[in-house]
Amino acid sequence: MSDEQSQGDTDGDVVTVAHGSGSGRTRDFLDERVVPRFDGDGDLPVGLSALDDGAVHNIGDQSVVVTTDSHVVSPLSFPGGDIGRLAVAGTVNDLAVMGATEPLSLTCSLVVEAGTPVDLLDAILDSMERTCEAAGCAITTGDTKVMGSGEVDGVVINTTGVGLVPTGEHVPDAGLSPGDKLVLSGPVGDHGITLLAEREGFDIEGDLESDVAPVNDIVAAALDAGQVTAMKDPTRGGFATAVNEMVRKAEVGATLDEPAIPVRDPVASTGELLGIDPLDVANEGKVLFGVASEDADSVLDAIREVPGGEEAALVGEVTDENRGRVVLDTGFGQRYLSEPEGEQLPRIC
Amino acid sequence: MTTDAGDLKFRDPETAQEIAADIEAQMERIGESIEIMHVCGSHEQVIAKFGLRSMLPDDLSVTMGPGCPVCVTNMPEVDEAVALAEAGKTVVTYGDMFKVPGSARSLADAKADGASVEVIYSASEAVELAEDNPEEDVVFFATGFETTAAPTAAVLQADPPENFYVLSAHKYVPPAMEVVAEMPDTDVDAFLAAGHAATITGYGLFEDFVEEYDLPVVVGGFEPLDVLYGVRRILAFIEAGEGGLDNAYPRCVSREGNTAAMGAIEDVFTRTSGEWRGIADIPDANFELNETYADHSARKQFDIEGVEGDADPLTEECICGDIMAGTASPEGCALFGEECTPQNPVGACMVSDEGTCKIWHEYGGKPDL
Amino acid sequence: MCLGVPGEITEIDGSEAIADFWGVERRVRIDVVGDSVEVGDYILNHAGFAIRKIPEREVEETMAIYESLFGDDPDEALDEIGADDDADIDIGRGRPQTTAPGGDAGEQDDD
Repeated sequence: MSDEQSQGDTDGDVVTVAHGSGSGRTRDFLDERVVPRFDGDGDLPVGLSALDDGAVHNIGDQSVVVTTDSHVVSPLSFPGGDIGRLAVAGTVNDLAVMGATEPLSLTCSLVVEAGTPVDLLDAILDSMERTCEAAGCAITTGDTKVMGSGEVDGVVINTTGVGLVPTGEHVPDAGLSPGDKLVLSGPVGDHGITLLAEREGFDIEGDLESDVAPVNDIVAAALDAGQVTAMKDPTRGGFATAVNEMVRKAEVGATLDEPAIPVRDPVASTGELLGIDPLDVANEGKVLFGVASEDADSVLDAIREVPGGEEAALVGEVTDENRGRVVLDTGFGQRYLSEPEGEQLPRIC
Repeated sequence: MTTDAGDLKFRDPETAQEIAADIEAQMERIGESIEIMHVCGSHEQVIAKFGLRSMLPDDLSVTMGPGCPVCVTNMPEVDEAVALAEAGKTVVTYGDMFKVPGSARSLADAKADGASVEVIYSASEAVELAEDNPEEDVVFFATGFETTAAPTAAVLQADPPENFYVLSAHKYVPPAMEVVAEMPDTDVDAFLAAGHAATITGYGLFEDFVEEYDLPVVVGGFEPLDVLYGVRRILAFIEAGEGGLDNAYPRCVSREGNTAAMGAIEDVFTRTSGEWRGIADIPDANFELNETYADHSARKQFDIEGVEGDADPLTEECICGDIMAGTASPEGCALFGEECTPQNPVGACMVSDEGTCKIWHEYGGKPDL
Repeated sequence: MCLGVPGEITEIDGSEAIADFWGVERRVRIDVVGDSVEVGDYILNHAGFAIRKIPEREVEETMAIYESLFGDDPDEALDEIGADDDADIDIGRGRPQTTAPGGDAGEQDDD
């Protein structure tokens, strides 16, 4: 990145919400301030500088995948889930998209604001328990801290996950090659749009639900059915950010067929109302796969067999042209699909 | 639910291809380059989002004029809002304005420093926030053209609580079109006028403009087919070699407009002269609260102190003004995509979701595909 | 400049109403709509305010005009502004319909 870009990190000398948006500003922050400080690559097949969903260590004939995520969400409970479900699914999914579909161990570190009702905490922990059952994993260690009132907003949950794959069989997010097909496991935008609709004052009522769910079964089915070359779960920054990151890291291009990208009607409608593109907002239970061309149909069929994968779709193709860029065929004409910058806000214009 | 019959049918790609083919035939008959200016960020949004430019012939350019209220909001106006937030008021505004930098800082910066700044969807929520927090001064930083000025006027007429104040940066479009039409280096052959502003003002408003400048002016809607059809109507005027006015958005625009909304605007606001960022000092194009509503005017009720800090030296090189006047495109700017990106915007055109530079950066103007 | 979204009024309470926007609902103020509004009417929403009642006839007529352009001599088509109310109207969608459980999206308005 150029010098000019580095200005962005320091202007105002404070961290802003944009630094945590998951897009360019976050990447710059990590590249400039975090990655260079640690020798995080060593002889790892996937280390810190890859900025992938997790790290991969080779130990004997196994690869150990490690990932960590701190979960914050407002409100703590929302249609379709809560912070507990998010905290388990988020980490299970980060392991899964590295290829580790059977989590070995999950940690849970709770930071709770004094004054939080015990009933609320119980509900969150119940939700974590149910999500662990669904994902076939267990919490094996953890930590609890209580902060003073106002020192933390409600509840923050960090989970770390460890999983195993046979050596060399992990799937990086940088593995796309020209000719690969892009397969999406289901409709996008549900989580981000649902939370926006819930925000005080926006008050949009409809059949909106977060998609937060473990996707390890879907990933396992895909890996069994064919050659998956790259995977990513399109969380913060949405589908648009995920697909751009994948093509940038692999130094390839991609062409997407916009009408083929599934978006549920209430999500599309809320997006129209607020002026926000569902492709730009978070998902918490979806996977974008790069698949070897000849295996695309079998992988797609396999995903559709798994609950939660029924609406999987073939959405595009990796190209040699337009390296580092994603071209969207809108059905009318063509344009680039770029990454959203920062927090998505409703617009009047 | 039966509403999909509403506008989704105006997104039929096949019909769009048919209209685009007609446009191509028109351009062949016209046989020279044509520049159409639209004056609406939402037109730019639909053109870019659906990739419509790639459907148009190369010698037909559709450029964006001063149609983004966020972009033309002058830096001192943003500075006022930031100063009020830093002075302890609760400042609420539309999402569009949140990240726009003033001479030194944006409302987003102020919020990061602990100021109370909220993004709202509707003017009515700004009032509700004041009602729910009677001990706070709630200042609504109100931006937008006549379409958005009407809701601001409506909430002021509905007897809002005493702690509700408006910092108006509302603007009125028609005088700006005249300024652009008179710019010596403007090469605009026709205007695609903004449908939703015309919903309020009525298209009759453009009759004098057409008479004076003898240019085609077509009021256009905001679905892909509406835009293409509007372009097609404009080219029909050009082919016939005449100026003229047409309403290509009759489902939302009438000749007289929304008289109730215009009445509310006239009751609440007075038009004053003022600077449109990067364009010019435009007469009668700023809406300021009139005396009747002085109790709710943030400018009248608060002593707004200046904001300290130096302007970004790069703003000297920024060509936002030329871009909004339609005399330059983002690709003609040395800063575009280099020093000036959506992450680190220099000019307002890169900040706003409907700024030409942001949209070109996001979608690619006319990708060479 | 102004994001306007059409919706159908489903409830009215004084100067406030609820409107349905392709399957999701939000309240809208109807004090500057400039027309009498009833349940079942379509309005154009801008930032939580109805700014225009949309006559359904106009929606149909506009679409008929666009469709009448098909394959016609363009100059002739331009004269068809008053066109054909009975034209067959298709709903074109930007995206495939992945109907939500229990949703009835995509159902055509048959008035």
